[in-house]
Amino acid sequence: MATTSAPGTEFSDSLDAGFEDAGELPAGTGPWRLAMRRLRRNKVALFFGALFVLIVVLCLLAPVYAKHVAHIGPNTGNITGTVKVGGKEENIVSFTGIPIGPTWQSRYFFGADGNGRDTAVRLLYGGRNSLEIGAVATVITMVFALFFGVLAGFYRGAWDSVITRALDVVWAYPAVLLGVTLGTVFATGGVGPIHGTFLLVPAIVVGIVYIPYVAKPVRGQVMQLREREFIDAARQQGLSNRQIMFSELLPNLSSTIVVFIPLILANAILLEAGLSFLGAGVQPPAPSWGTMISDGIASIPEAFSNVLVPGIMLVLCVMSINIFGDGLRDALDPRAKVRIAH
Amino acid sequence: MSRFVVRRIFSALIVMFAISILTFLLLLANGNQAARLAGRNATAAQVHTIEVKYGFNKPIYVQYVNTMKNIFTGQAYSYTQGVNVLTEVKQGLPATLSLAFGAGFIWLIASIIVGTLAAVRAGRYTDRILTVLAMLGVSFPPFFLGAILIYFLGYQANIFPLGGYVKFTTSPSQWFVHLVLPWITLSVLFIGFYSRVLRSTILDTVNEDFVRTAHAKGLSDRQVLARHTLRNSLIPIISLWGLDMAQVIGGGAILTESVYNLHGVGQFAAQSIANLDVIPILVIVILTAFAVVLLAAIVDIVYAFLDPRIRLT
Repeated sequence: MATTSAPGTEFSDSLDAGFEDAGELPAGTGPWRLAMRRLRRNKVALFFGALFVLIVVLCLLAPVYAKHVAHIGPNTGNITGTVKVGGKEENIVSFTGIPIGPTWQSRYFFGADGNGRDTAVRLLYGGRNSLEIGAVATVITMVFALFFGVLAGFYRGAWDSVITRALDVVWAYPAVLLGVTLGTVFATGGVGPIHGTFLLVPAIVVGIVYIPYVAKPVRGQVMQLREREFIDAARQQGLSNRQIMFSELLPNLSSTIVVFIPLILANAILLEAGLSFLGAGVQPPAPSWGTMISDGIASIPEAFSNVLVPGIMLVLCVMSINIFGDGLRDALDPRAKVRIAH
Repeated sequence: MSRFVVRRIFSALIVMFAISILTFLLLLANGNQAARLAGRNATAAQVHTIEVKYGFNKPIYVQYVNTMKNIFTGQAYSYTQGVNVLTEVKQGLPATLSLAFGAGFIWLIASIIVGTLAAVRAGRYTDRILTVLAMLGVSFPPFFLGAILIYFLGYQANIFPLGGYVKFTTSPSQWFVHLVLPWITLSVLFIGFYSRVLRSTILDTVNEDFVRTAHAKGLSDRQVLARHTLRNSLIPIISLWGLDMAQVIGGGAILTESVYNLHGVGQFAAQSIANLDVIPILVIVILTAFAVVLLAAIVDIVYAFLDPRIRLT
C-alpha cells in the first residue's frame, strides 16, 4: 500500500523520548519546518521548482506577449503574409505550404505553423490551457479522492465495499483509454450540462481518471489513523463523525495530500497532452501543447521545430513538477512510498 | 484459502459487470445515437429506419444484453464503417503483441538494472543522475519521443523505417527493424517508473531482519543482494508488469501505436475515436478492462498462496 504518515511524527516522538531525562524541553521545531529545512537543502529540487514557476509565469503572460511583442493572436492565421527577417521580406508560409522556421526576433520567434500562426504565441497560450486543465483536473481528483477515501476508510463496512468496488471499476480502465472514452462521450452526446468543445471537458475527464490512484492510498491511511489514540480522544470529547473527519483526520492526511498534488498535476498535464494528441482533448483551434505536437507531427520532416518547441516545453514543465515533487516527498517523509501507476 | 479465492473471483465478476454496464451506458445509451448516425439533414423516417436497424428503439436492458451477446459471439459490427470489430481487433493483435512483449522484456530488464544500481549507490552521484534520468523518462510523452526518434533516426540518419509494421512471417529482419523504435519509445516511460519503484522497495528490504541474517551468516554483499534482497523486491515489480502488459495488449499503447502507424489494436481504437465510432471503442475498452480485472484477481490469488497473511484482509 502506498501511504505516508504525518511529516516527521516518528522523528518528533523519538526526539521527545530523548529529551525526557534532560528535564527541560528545547523550543520545538514543527514537522513542517523540518520538512522545509530538508527541502531547502535539496538544490536540484529547488532549481526545478523555480523552473516550473518560471514556466507558469511565462504562460500567464501570454496575452502580454501576444499584444506587445508578437502583435498577433494565438488563433490568427496569416498564410499569405510576409515577415522581415534580417532586412529581407520572407513568406510566412511558402508557396509549397512549408511554414517559416524560427526567426529569433519578436515576430514569429519560433516560426509559424502551417496556417501561418505564430508558434511562440500559441506555445504560451497552449501552455496556459495545459496548465489550467492540469490544475483543475488535480483539484477534481484531490477533492473526490479525499471525499471517497476518507468516507470508505472511516466508515468501513458497506460504504467501504461500495466505494472500493466503484474505484476498482474506474481503475481497471487503462488511463488513456478511459480518458479517450469519456472524451468521445462528451464529444458525441454529452452528459448533462457537460458538453462539446468546452475547455473544462478535458479537465473533468483527466480529473476523473486519477481519482482511484489517490483515493485508494488515502483509504488505507485513514484505516490506520482511525485506530490511533487521538481519534479515541476526540470521540471521548464528544466530537461528531463529521468533526472527526474534518478536524482530526484531514490535518493528518495533509502531507499525503501535499505529496500527491505534484504527482497528479504532472500526470494530468501528460494525459491531457495525450488526449489532445488523439483528438479527444482540447478541440481546435484552441491550442494546447498536445494539439501543437500533434499538428507538428503531421508536418514532419519540413517543420520539425513545430514538434520540438511544444514538446520540449511540455517535457520541461512535467519534469520540473516531477523532480520538485520528488524532493517534496523526500523532505516531508523520507520513508514515504507514494507513487502512481499507469 | 478457497473462501478467499471464491470471494476474490466473485468481486472481480461484480467489477467486470459494472464495467460493462458503465461503458455501455456512457457510449451507447447516451445522447441520440440514431440522430447522430443519420446525419444533420436526415428526415424523421430515416432516423427511424436507423433506430430499428440497430435496435435503438428497444428497451435499454435489451440493448445491453444484445450488445454483450454480439461482443462475445464475435458479431459486433461498427455502425459507421460496417466492419466486424472483433475481426479488426484480431488483425491488429500480432502487431500489438509484438510491441507489448518486446517492449515488456526491455523495460523489465532495464528497470531491474537501473533500479538496483540506483539503490546500491543510494545518495551518491550515480543515484542522483539515475534519478534525474528516470524523472526525464516518466516526463516524456510517447508521441513526442516517437516523433523525435522518427525524425532523427528515420528522416535524418535513415537508419530506421518511418513507421509501419511488417509481419514476422513475411520477414523476421524487417519485423525487427520496424519494431526497434516503438519498443524503445514504449519502454522509456516504464523504465523510469519501475526503476523508481524498485529502488525504494530495495531500500526498504535492506533493513529487513532476514537481510541482516544473510549478512551475519557470512554471505557476500553480492550474494545477499541477488539471493535475498532482490528476490523479495521484485515481487511488486512483477505484479505491476503483469497489469501493465494487460493494458498494453488491450490497446493501452495507443499513443505509441499511433505515432508509429503500427496498425495494432491501439491504433484501431485511435482511428475509431477520430471517427467517433462508438462500437470499436466499446469493445476494446471492455475487453481491456476485463483483462486488467482478471489479471489483478490472479495476482492477488497468487500472492495469497505465497503469503498466508494476505488472506486475512
